[in-house]
Amino acid sequence: MYKFGIVVFPGSNCDHDCYHAIKHVLAQDCEFLWHHETDLEGFDCIVLPGGFSYGDYLRTGSIASLSPIMKSVEKYALAGNPVIGICNGFQVLVESGLLPGALIKNSSLKFVCKWVHVRVESNKNLFTANTKVGDVLEIPIAHGDGNYFCTPGELKGLRENSQIVFRYCNENGDITSESNPNGSIENIAGIINKAGNVLGMMPHPERCAEEMLNGTQGKLIFESIISWLNLNKKVTGRA
Amino acid sequence: MKEFKVKVEVKLKPVVLDPQGKTVLTALHHLGYDNVEDARIGKLIELRIMGSDAGNVKELVDDMCKKLLSNPVIEDFVVKVEE
Repeated sequence: MYKFGIVVFPGSNCDHDCYHAIKHVLAQDCEFLWHHETDLEGFDCIVLPGGFSYGDYLRTGSIASLSPIMKSVEKYALAGNPVIGICNGFQVLVESGLLPGALIKNSSLKFVCKWVHVRVESNKNLFTANTKVGDVLEIPIAHGDGNYFCTPGELKGLRENSQIVFRYCNENGDITSESNPNGSIENIAGIINKAGNVLGMMPHPERCAEEMLNGTQGKLIFESIISWLNLNKKVTGRA
Repeated sequence: MKEFKVKVEVKLKPVVLDPQGKTVLTALHHLGYDNVEDARIGKLIELRIMGSDAGNVKELVDDMCKKLLSNPVIEDFVVKVEE
């Protein structure tokens, strides 16, 4: 059993969904970490959950990225430990500089809340190791600022290092502009850092991790993390 | 030490799409202002800062812009210091 830490910022609202998925569906140990916490000793994976931290003031994720816990999360990530940011968590990760690019307002200007399809673009990382490249996952999104943007140079880097993990697609796995819900560059729905241990994604895997919620494919991501921990936990030093 | 009034304009870089500006542009056209070619929306941040001279204050605010007030990936900023 591994210990997951879920960071709670003022305005986080998917923290309990993540807790439920990890603790009750995946039967792992799980604790909430208030954003003033700085000690991440003993945690095997840190989750930055979705929500509207600090009311999305200034820019989504910008204020939360300066919370006391984020310095520790940065150290924890640099030591090679797994960090996953979902939705607002992804926004916090780009604002903190742990992931490249930015998330701006949806091109439709609308808050989009629906089930979407994403195609796995890379499985050579600890978050999608239990999937195959080309797999189409059905996962819900719910955001107003999920439009991924980066410079041409950053995009080139993302492509060359297989850092694009998920792209929005239709149910057949085709990457089309109709299947892009927010205007993201190249339909990007999720990326990892260069080292491969920090994932940011707009879709919510915790909302589709059990039959009762009409979808279980989100579980694949948490299971991939657990598989990786099974193999690497003794090897990697903890922050 | 004296008080300086600082205005920070934060705007999206020209290469970044501004859907809000586009929507406002369309609305202006609906009002009959057909000669409006473009509309882009930014933010204005006003600060009151105690400092010794305008140069120091500007330097400080430039730093704030890089760290928090703007996101260098998508935004440009202009700092104006008034006594």
